[in-house]
Amino acid sequence: MNKEFSNSPPSGGEGGIDNRIWDFIDGRSTAAEKSAIEKLVESNFEWKNKYHELLEVHQLITSSELEHPSMRFTKNVMEEISKLHIAPATKNYINNKIIWGIGGFFITIIAGFLIYGFGQVKWTSGKSSGVADKYVDFSKIDFSKLFDNNIVNVFMMINIILSLVLLDRFLANKRKRFHKEA
Amino acid sequence: MSTGLSDNEIISRVLRGEQNAYAELVNRYQGYVFTLTLRMIKSREDAEEVAQDVFIKAYRSLADFRGESKFSTWLYTITTTTSITFLRKKKLDIHSLDDEKVFETADNRDSGFSANLVEQKSRVGMVNQAIALLSRDDAEVITLFYKAEQTLEEISKILGLETNTVKVRLHRARTRLKDKMEKHFSEEVKAL
Repeated sequence: MNKEFSNSPPSGGEGGIDNRIWDFIDGRSTAAEKSAIEKLVESNFEWKNKYHELLEVHQLITSSELEHPSMRFTKNVMEEISKLHIAPATKNYINNKIIWGIGGFFITIIAGFLIYGFGQVKWTSGKSSGVADKYVDFSKIDFSKLFDNNIVNVFMMINIILSLVLLDRFLANKRKRFHKEA
Repeated sequence: MSTGLSDNEIISRVLRGEQNAYAELVNRYQGYVFTLTLRMIKSREDAEEVAQDVFIKAYRSLADFRGESKFSTWLYTITTTTSITFLRKKKLDIHSLDDEKVFETADNRDSGFSANLVEQKSRVGMVNQAIALLSRDDAEVITLFYKAEQTLEEISKILGLETNTVKVRLHRARTRLKDKMEKHFSEEVKAL
């Protein structure tokens, strides 16, 4: 260990000598930068000192080894995992199609309500360009006959709840099956 | 005994049901995982327990490893989450750079732990002890770069930071490590 290490001068700024030399030591300098640093290290005393100081730190850290656990470590792990099974991959029981299906289901419901809502608007009461009236006359569609019925509403609500329950059971069964296979 | 197979080949064999092949992965990465846990959990016994837990969790979740990143990168995330969970459970503080108790512990370790004297005098022991005195972030980046031999780009993925930020963090960590060695191990440094 040389004296420069223990009597080191203050280190350079953020973009200063230190950083440029560290990049050089790490092999991250460009060819032009590398050549420039090599020349500086040869000709400039400050650069030479700093280079040797940082290189020494680098070599010290490189020479250090990993810490090692006890000799029985691998045996202990293998004993523990002998009682276990590998869990199924998450992507196998979270099926993208099901996620998209659920998303589609809710989008359809929202779209249905929006269509129904727009259907309730009296388009003829405002000023119209006449283009919409020419092709679709929403005012003639009587959505209230479809939805303004308690029995239909209750029936639809039960359907929604049942579909969610069935979906939940389907996912739970699929997950159980994967656990059994594993 | 090393099989010469790549990590991904070993993982494929384990997933096909060859449980014993997993021992090779444990042998390969036990030092890496143990060093990382020891950086966060200062007690060797606890660190070893957590390291074992890491390998058990990794085995259980092996089917989730898609091979898009290095196995060591994936293992690193399990190591940090397991260590943090352990520390939360034990309500231990993650030692910081400015924690005076850390220095006291280090000093006591130097003077009282004579069985480890040979190791302390070696470069390995000195550098490891100096790294243990760094903040968690500094120790983490040095361990990943030098001991886990990860590139700056890989470390940036692991830590979720920009490569340039990792580079600056590594430069600063090395400067701080140098300062720690000068401050706490100046005699040993001269003797080397």
